[in-house]
Amino acid sequence: MAAWSSSCLTPASRRRILPGFGLSLACTLAYLSLLILLPLSGLAFRASDLGPVELWAIATGERALASYRVTFGASLLAATINAFFGLIVAWILVRYSFPGKRAIDALVDLPFALPTAVAGITLATLYADNGWIGRHLEPLGVKVAFTPFGIVVALTFIGLPFVVRTLQPVIEDIESEVEEAAASLGASRWQTFIRVLFPAIFPALLTGFTLAFSRSVGEYGSVIFIAGNMPLISEITPLLIISKLEQYDVVGATALAMVMLIISFVMLLAVNALQWWAANRHSGCSPSLGAHQ
Amino acid sequence: MNGRLRRVNAEPRWLRALLLGVGLGFLFFFLALPLLAVFVEAFAAGWTAYAGALNDPETRSAIGLTLLVALFVLPFNVVFGVAAAWAIAKFDFRGKSLLITLIDLPFAVSPVVVGLVFLLIFGAQGLFGPWLAAHDIKVVFALPGIIIVTLFITSPFVARELIPLMQAQGKEEEEAALSLGASAWQMFRRVTLPNIKWGLLYGVILANARAMGEFGAVSVVSGHIRGETNTLPLHVEILYNEYNAVGAFASASVLALLALVTLLAKTVVEWRMRRENSMLLADLPAEES
Amino acid sequence: MLRVIHQLFLVLTLTFSVTLAFAEGSSLLNVSYDVARDFYKDYNPMFQKHWKALSGESIELKQSHAGSSKQVRAVADGLEADVVTMNQASDVDFLAEKGLVARDYAKKFPNNASPYTSTMVFIVRKGNPKGLRDWSDLVKPGVQVILPHPKNTGNGRYTYLAAWGYALGQAGANDRTAQDFVGRLLKNVPLFAAGGRDATTTFMQRKIGDVLISFESEAELIAREFGKGEFEVVYPSLSILTEFPVAIIDKVVDKKGTRKAAQAYLDFLWSPVGQENAAQNYLRPRNQEILKKYVAQFPPIKTFSVDEVFGGWAKAYPTHFRDGGTFDQIYQQK
Repeated sequence: MAAWSSSCLTPASRRRILPGFGLSLACTLAYLSLLILLPLSGLAFRASDLGPVELWAIATGERALASYRVTFGASLLAATINAFFGLIVAWILVRYSFPGKRAIDALVDLPFALPTAVAGITLATLYADNGWIGRHLEPLGVKVAFTPFGIVVALTFIGLPFVVRTLQPVIEDIESEVEEAAASLGASRWQTFIRVLFPAIFPALLTGFTLAFSRSVGEYGSVIFIAGNMPLISEITPLLIISKLEQYDVVGATALAMVMLIISFVMLLAVNALQWWAANRHSGCSPSLGAHQ
Repeated sequence: MNGRLRRVNAEPRWLRALLLGVGLGFLFFFLALPLLAVFVEAFAAGWTAYAGALNDPETRSAIGLTLLVALFVLPFNVVFGVAAAWAIAKFDFRGKSLLITLIDLPFAVSPVVVGLVFLLIFGAQGLFGPWLAAHDIKVVFALPGIIIVTLFITSPFVARELIPLMQAQGKEEEEAALSLGASAWQMFRRVTLPNIKWGLLYGVILANARAMGEFGAVSVVSGHIRGETNTLPLHVEILYNEYNAVGAFASASVLALLALVTLLAKTVVEWRMRRENSMLLADLPAEES
Repeated sequence: MLRVIHQLFLVLTLTFSVTLAFAEGSSLLNVSYDVARDFYKDYNPMFQKHWKALSGESIELKQSHAGSSKQVRAVADGLEADVVTMNQASDVDFLAEKGLVARDYAKKFPNNASPYTSTMVFIVRKGNPKGLRDWSDLVKPGVQVILPHPKNTGNGRYTYLAAWGYALGQAGANDRTAQDFVGRLLKNVPLFAAGGRDATTTFMQRKIGDVLISFESEAELIAREFGKGEFEVVYPSLSILTEFPVAIIDKVVDKKGTRKAAQAYLDFLWSPVGQENAAQNYLRPRNQEILKKYVAQFPPIKTFSVDEVFGGWAKAYPTHFRDGGTFDQIYQQK
C-alpha cells in the first residue's frame, strides 16, 4: 500500500528524468509506419477506387450486414467467455500449484501454434454430432458444430492465449504485501479481491479481452470449418471477403476489409481511451501498484 | 517467492477447488481435447506412418522454413516491443491511446487481408511491383514476403504484453537507479529487464507460436512452391486436401510440439532467475513485513 | 548482444542465398490446383526422362498446389509460373484477361487444352439407404446433401452447374424452373463445406448427410482414406463434364527462356504415357484407346460441358456466382 500511495504523490507534471523517450518513440513510430500504416493506407487507397455510393452499397448489403452481426456478435461472446475463464486459468496457473501445472501452462499457447485450419477441422470433428463432445451434447438437443455457436467455440479457442498471457505477468507481479496488508486491516478475501486485486488486474484483463476480441473479428481459417457458412445465418465477414476475391473482385474485397478495419479501429480506440481515462481518473498517475520494494 | 505466495493465498479451500475445477475443466475441453484429437489422427496409422510422414523431404523443408521465419521475426519483435512499451508505459504524451490502438491494429486485420495488403504493394500489379520486377527483386512469393507478413501479424505481441506490466510497475525503480548513478544501459539491464522478464518471455513465446502457426496471411504471399516457400501450416493444409490426413495431422502435431518447446525455454529461464534471485535476496536486508 | 547481431547476420546471409537459389538453374514451375499433386508427382519424373531423351538436358520441375483461383491470383500478382494446370476454365480466362496467357489458350492444345476430364458423381452411404439415383432424388424432402460452397470453391461451382444443367434438360424447362430446382436442392444442404476435402470429412467422418457430391476422381481418394466398403458411388443420368485446362504463361517463359520446355511439358500430357497416368489417377483420359483400356473404372455417363449448356465460363460465372447472381438470389428470396 505504501508503494502505491507514494507513486501517486509524485506530481503528474514531473520532469522526464528517464532516458530514451525520443529514441524509443521514434523507433516505435518508424516501425509502425513502415510495417503497418503504409501497407494499410495502400488498402484504403485501393478501396477508394470505388465511389462512396458503391462503397456504401457493398458495406451495407443484406449479406454484409448479417455477416457483421455474426462476426462481431460471436467475437464479443467469445472474448467475454475468454475473459471470465481466462482470468481463472491465469489465476490458478500463477497462484496454485498442482500436478502437471507446467504442461498445462505450455498448453495455453497451443491455439497460436496450431494452424487455424487444423484447429477448425479438429473442433468441427469434436463438436459434430458423432464427435467426442458433440455426441454428449446431441441428446440434450444442443448443436454446436455448423451453427453460430460453432463460430463462438472456434473464436474462444483462438482467443484464449491473449487473455491468459496478458494476465499472467501482472498477477505474478502483484506484491503479496498488498494482499497481506489488506488482510491485516480486516478485509475479507472477497473484499481484498474486489478492492485491491481486481483494480490491479483490470487493465490487463481489459487488454486481453480487447486483443482476443480483435483477433476474433478477423479470424477466418478456423471458423469456416465449423461455421456451416450458410448465407445470412453463419456467414462471417472474412468469408465474404474471400468470396469477393474468388470473383477476382479485389476492390470489393478491399472495401469490405476497410469497413471491418474501421469498425475494429474505432472499437479498439474506444477501449484504449477508456482504459487510459480510467487509469488517469483516480490520481492523475498510472495505477502503479506495489512497485518492487 | 513461492513460499510467500502460498502464505497470502488465502482463498478458502472450497473456492480453490472450484477455481481449479473450472479452470482446468475449461482447458480440458478447449485445449487438451483438440490437442489429443490432433495426435489421435496423426497416429491413426501407427508410429511408422507418423515417422514416415515427418521424414518426407517436403515436410522437412517446410519445418526448416517455418523455423527460419520464426528465427528472423523474433528479434525484430523484441526490439520494437520493448521500445514501444518503454515509450508508452514510462512517459506521458498526447495521442497515447491512438498509438496503442495502432499497435493493436494488426490483430484486428483478417490474416487474408494482411496478405492482400502486401500484394497490393509488392505484387506484380501492386504499387512497387513494376519497379521490383525491373530490378529482379522478389518480395512476394519468396522468403522476404513471408517474413514481412509474419512481422506484421506478430508485431503487437511483445509490446502488448509489456505495456500493462510496465504501467503497473511504474518508474520509481528506474529513477532510483539513475539517481544512484547508473547509466541508461545499466538501468535497463539491471532494473528494467529483470522486472519485465516474464512479460517479455510471454510476448516472445506468443509471437513465436503465432509466427510458426500463421496460415492465412502467409498463404496469400507464399506461392506454395513445394520445398521452397511452403511453410509448415501451408503444408498441413495441402496434405489434408490431398487426402493425406496422417501426414497433415503429423505435421500439425510438430507445430503443437514446437509450441510446447517454449515450455522448456520457460523452465530454463525460471530456473536461472530463481538462482539469481536467491543470490540477490541473500544480499538484501530483511523486509519489514 | 554481439552474438545476437552475429546470428542475425548469419540468417540474413542464409536468406539471400536461398533467394538467389530461386533464380538459378533450368527449371519449370507448374502452378496447379490442390488435388493434382498425385498426378504430377508421377508425371514429373516421366517428363524429366522424356525431356532428357529429347534435348539431352535435365530439368528441374517445381510444383505449387493450392486452391485453383487463389493460385491464379498469385500468378497474376507475380508468382513466376511457367505453366498453369487448373481445374476450371474461368481461372485461366482470368489470366488471359490480365494478358499473361494467350487469349486463345484453349486452342493452343487439343481438347480445349484440357488433357483429361472428370465429372461430378454422388457418393452415398453403403447400400444407398435413401435410394438416391439421380439429381431429382436430391431435392426430395428429408434428403441431406453435402457439397462445398458453390460461390467459393471449384467443386461447389461444378456441382451447382451440374444440377442446373440437369434441370434444364427436363421437358418444358427454362432458367426459372432450373433456378427453382437448384433452390430446392440447396434447401437440402445443411451446411456449406469450406472445400472439397472438408465436404468429404463432413460426410465420411462426421457422418452428416445422405449424399456427397464430388469429382469422380476424388472417390478413389476417399476410398484410400476411409476404405472402399464405406460408401458407394452413384452415377446420375446426366452430369457435367469437368475440364482441367492448361496453359503457358507467355511472359514468364519468354523472360526465363523456357518456352520450349514448357511447351513440351504440356504437350507430353497428351502422350500415351501422360494419358495413361491420368487414367491411373482416376481422371478420364482424352485418348479413346486408353479410356477403353480402363473402362472398368470409368463407367459410361452422359455429360454436358459448360460451353454447351452455359455458353462458357465467361458467361456462366457472372450469371450464377458473382454477387447478385442466381446463387445469391436463391438465398435472398428467403
